[in-house]
Amino acid sequence: MSNGNVLGNEKRGMVELGAEKKVGWDEVTHGAVLYSFEDDATDVSFRKAEDRNYAQFSSYVATVASWRTIKPVYNRDICIDCQNCWVFCPDVSIISRDKQMLGIDYDHCKGCGVCVEVCPTNPKSLLMFAEAQNLEDALASWPEKKKKEEK
Amino acid sequence: MAITSIKNLKEFSTANDRFEGAHLLCPGCAHSMIVRELLNCTNDNLVIASATGCLEVCTAVYPYTSWDTSWIHIGFENSATAVTGAEAMYKARKRKGTLKNPDAPVKFVAFGGDGATYDIGFQWLSGAVERGHDFTYICLDNEVYANTGGQRSSSTPIGASSTTAPAGRVSYGKKENKKDIVSIMAANGASYVAQVAPNKWKNMAQAFQKALSTEGPCFINAMSACTTEWKFDPKDTINISDLATDSLVFPLYEIVDGHELNITYRPKNIIPVKDYLAAQGRFRHLFKPENAHILEEWQKRVDANWERLQRREEARV
Repeated sequence: MSNGNVLGNEKRGMVELGAEKKVGWDEVTHGAVLYSFEDDATDVSFRKAEDRNYAQFSSYVATVASWRTIKPVYNRDICIDCQNCWVFCPDVSIISRDKQMLGIDYDHCKGCGVCVEVCPTNPKSLLMFAEAQNLEDALASWPEKKKKEEK
Repeated sequence: MAITSIKNLKEFSTANDRFEGAHLLCPGCAHSMIVRELLNCTNDNLVIASATGCLEVCTAVYPYTSWDTSWIHIGFENSATAVTGAEAMYKARKRKGTLKNPDAPVKFVAFGGDGATYDIGFQWLSGAVERGHDFTYICLDNEVYANTGGQRSSSTPIGASSTTAPAGRVSYGKKENKKDIVSIMAANGASYVAQVAPNKWKNMAQAFQKALSTEGPCFINAMSACTTEWKFDPKDTINISDLATDSLVFPLYEIVDGHELNITYRPKNIIPVKDYLAAQGRFRHLFKPENAHILEEWQKRVDANWERLQRREEARV
C-alpha cells in the first residue's frame, strides 16, 4: 500500500490534477474531478477491494493509522463470524470475505472500539490493546470465559 | 460476490464496499455506518450528491475521495437540487437515446446533515419533493452543526447544550423543540418517508432498499450519534443508538404515500428517557435539581409522540 500521507509533510492541494509543475494555493482551479479507479468503474459493486484498480486519488490508498492510540486485536479461535463488527465498522476496516471474518485493516482503522462493543461472544473475540503491544502477546493475554456476562 | 440479500448479516457481508476507509470522519462516527450501509444494500449504479457538512468535508479531502460511485458536492443547501438535476438529465437522455448504457440501473441519492436538511436546504428539498423527481434524500441527523463546532440547528432537541445555546447559570441549553421533519416531508408529498437508526441495521437496510426501489421522491431521516458534539466515548456509538431507539426518543417508523404509517421497531423493554440523556455530556446539566422539570417534559413529550404514532398507525390517515 502506498503511503498516502493524509496529514503528512507533502503540502496538500499543491499539485493540480494533470499539471506538470506544482502550483500555489491561489492558482488551483475551483472544483476538481477525482477518479477513484484507473479503469472502468461500472461493475465495481461486483468486485472485491483486492480486484479493483484504485487510482492514487482514492482514499483506499491513504492511511489513518497514525490516529490510533489503541488498536483492536482479533482472536480467530473465539469468533463465530456473526459479522456484527463488519456491519458497524465506520472505517471499512473489518475484512470479511465469503461470510468469514478475516481480520482487521490496520491502514484504515482509527481505533474507535465500536467493533469490540458489538462483539457478542464470551469472551469477546475482539479486544482493544495499546497500539505498541505486539499481536502474539495480546493473544496470549486473552481473558478466560466469564461466567456472568457483564453489560 | 456482491450483495444478494439482507436476510441475515452473513448474507449481507458479501457486499463489496463502495465507501473507502481513510476518510477523515471522527473515530466512531455514525455517518459512515449509514453511508456504508446504503452503498452496500444495492448493486445498482448510484449518483450521489452531498450537502456541505461533516460527510462532504471528510470524504473528499483533496486529493482523495472515499467514494467509489459518482459523487458531487456543490453547496450547503442544494444537494437535493443537484441530484434531481442529474436525474432530469438522465431521463431526458434516456428518452433521446443518447445514453451509453441505457439498461444499467441507476439510482439517485442525496445526503445532507441535519443543518442542510432542517434549516439551510429546506426549501430546496421541499421543491425537489414537490416536483416529484425519482430520488432518495437521506438526512444524517446528528442534531447539531457538528462540522462548524456544534452550533444549534432546528433539529437540536430541547435542553441540549450547544455552542450557540450553551447551558449555564441562567440557561438550560436550547429552549425550543426539535422540528418533526418526518411528518413535514410526508405532508410534502414524499412517496416514502422513514426514520432509521444505524444500530438496527436490518431495519435501516430495508428502509434504504424500499426507498431506492420506490419511484418518486423518498426521504429518510437517519439518526447519527455524534461522538464529538453529543459528548460520549467513540466506542459507544451503537450503545447510544440502542438507548435512543429503546427509549423511543428516536422511534423507528415509515410513512408510505403520506398516510400509511407503520411502526417498524417496537422495543421489548421501553427504557426511561433519563437513561438516554444521562449517557451524553450535552445533557449533563439537566440532572441538576433546578432542571428537573425539563427531564419531566422530555419523558412526557416522548410518551405523547409514541402514543400519537401508534394511533396514526391504527387510523391509517
